Amino acid sequence: MSAHDIDHSLDSFGDATASATRVTPGNALRPEDIAIQQEKPTDLVAQYAVRLGDDALILAQRLSHWISRGPELEEDIALGNIALDQLGHARSFLTYAGKAWDKTEDDLAYWREEEDFRSLHIVEQPNGDFGVTIMRQLIISIYQHLLYTELLQSSDPTIAAISAKAVKEVDYHRDHAIAWTLRLGMGTEESARRMRHALAVLWPYVGEIFEDEELHTALGDVAVAPSTLRAAWDEDFASVLSDAGLEVPTVPYAMARGRRGEHSEHLGFILAEMQVLARKHPGATW
Amino acid sequence: MAAQQESGGSLSAVLSPEEQAGQDRFNQIIADDSRIEPRDWMPEAYRKTLTRQMSQHAHSEIIGMQPEANWITRAPSLKRKAILMAKVQDEAGHGLYLYSGTETLGTPRDVLNEQLMTGKAKYSSIFNYPARSWADMGAIGWLVDGAAIANQVPLCRASYGPYGRAMVRICKEESFHQRQGFEILLELANGTQAQKKMAQDAINRFYAPSLMMFGPPDSDSPNSGQSTAWKIKRFSNDELRQRFVGMIAEQVKVLGLTLPDPELRFDAETGTWIHMELDWVEFKAVIAGNGPCNAQRLQRRRDAHNEGAWVREAAAAYAAKMARKTEVA
Repeated sequence: MSAHDIDHSLDSFGDATASATRVTPGNALRPEDIAIQQEKPTDLVAQYAVRLGDDALILAQRLSHWISRGPELEEDIALGNIALDQLGHARSFLTYAGKAWDKTEDDLAYWREEEDFRSLHIVEQPNGDFGVTIMRQLIISIYQHLLYTELLQSSDPTIAAISAKAVKEVDYHRDHAIAWTLRLGMGTEESARRMRHALAVLWPYVGEIFEDEELHTALGDVAVAPSTLRAAWDEDFASVLSDAGLEVPTVPYAMARGRRGEHSEHLGFILAEMQVLARKHPGATW
Repeated sequence: MAAQQESGGSLSAVLSPEEQAGQDRFNQIIADDSRIEPRDWMPEAYRKTLTRQMSQHAHSEIIGMQPEANWITRAPSLKRKAILMAKVQDEAGHGLYLYSGTETLGTPRDVLNEQLMTGKAKYSSIFNYPARSWADMGAIGWLVDGAAIANQVPLCRASYGPYGRAMVRICKEESFHQRQGFEILLELANGTQAQKKMAQDAINRFYAPSLMMFGPPDSDSPNSGQSTAWKIKRFSNDELRQRFVGMIAEQVKVLGLTLPDPELRFDAETGTWIHMELDWVEFKAVIAGNGPCNAQRLQRRRDAHNEGAWVREAAAAYAAKMARKTEVA
């Protein structure tokens, strides 16, 4: 077999034609691959995929704002890269979900109304200063890492495959968030003060992450009930905070119900910006 | 993105015997078309010229992130959003290599950054124009990155090793950027009437500024000679502009759109492309700080820097604490 033949034989796999924007090692599953596969998710599986996709999409939208505004060029690149990874996960989950309803990823991202989104309030929270962004990253990346690790065992092969790609990337997001939490928690008085503030600002929205829904029970082995991740998350999170000289704050929780389509006041603005151009040109392709 | 074409400086008159030996070796390396490396002796003016050119190029990459970052959150499809994010990230990467390359000449990044923020250092003036529509993402990729490539491919052979090598990687990524810009325009040109109009409007606005990216006409570019002698610069501003305008004159036909230049034609007799007179008064005014976005671009850079000060201080304090811990252990 010549080198050319080998190249050719790989054409149908994600790796060979890996994303136009970055090559991901392993069995990179791209949204384009998912779009052409035969299997369609059930309505319930699609609803679950929408939850995973919306969290990643809104977080990507938030993080992307840091590009050209970071405290160091290296952070423009790092946060941009994390945003790009999250956007990739969102595209895969939304593409898969959309197949249940003959919709594309763009139909779901650009043409759904606010109440049809299923994102968590925590991903909708404003970036704040770098400390708030890092704290939000710490909270979410520890959660997503636990979640995607469990979802490797999902009985839905596509959910498992997307998670397999996502977990490798989220592992880096977690490392990045931990490294910065330590630097900022242990750095200066000012940075520690800002991190305590970030914790107080974000803590009210942590509870929502781990709330189970009927959907999780109904889906059985396809999904992971978020409440089952809480103990491990608490342990991991507390350990990072302790290393960083920080403490879990005692602030009230917020009744956040993003999974029911009841969102923070921020989401409307996020969507207005994200959807404006696409909606100005119905039916156009880009 | 673009290195503004410019050069300058002159050799100092009296050299010590060591300096003379260094100068002779330097001259030989240039004559052999080989590479000057950071530890080699080099004339101060060569160091200064390169420091200015490379840092201007780095600054252009960093400021050039802004007009495109402006559209990331509004990109009209998730695929385009991903591509644009990756592209702007590439530009940050180019800025980083070029700052690192410039550091090999002895000026640290924070000094270069300071020069940018105080307005002392220049960057490519085209980024002082606003990115008003989505089609500008196409026009910037096709025309601005295209002009940058025409400028930069010859720089891959620049006599200073770290610069030439950085340019090889940068040019590879820029050529991908140019293709994606062209593809955006192609999609728009084949889209709805409104999309087509958007594409033509973007080309109309970016055409002349992209031609001006090659710098003033040869007749008004007094410093180019020295850079050419040092083999930093391989072609004149007008030669490069020629090459570029000829290329886009063909490519625009594929788009089914037009370049806003009634005088554009190929002159068979001289074998050159004739284009309209460019507005060098506006060019100089924009460089001097009077472009539509100069103030905004620099303020954004200063804001990011100032708002990140506490983060950098914390990182430095933490690193110092860790170093002390290691020492004690």
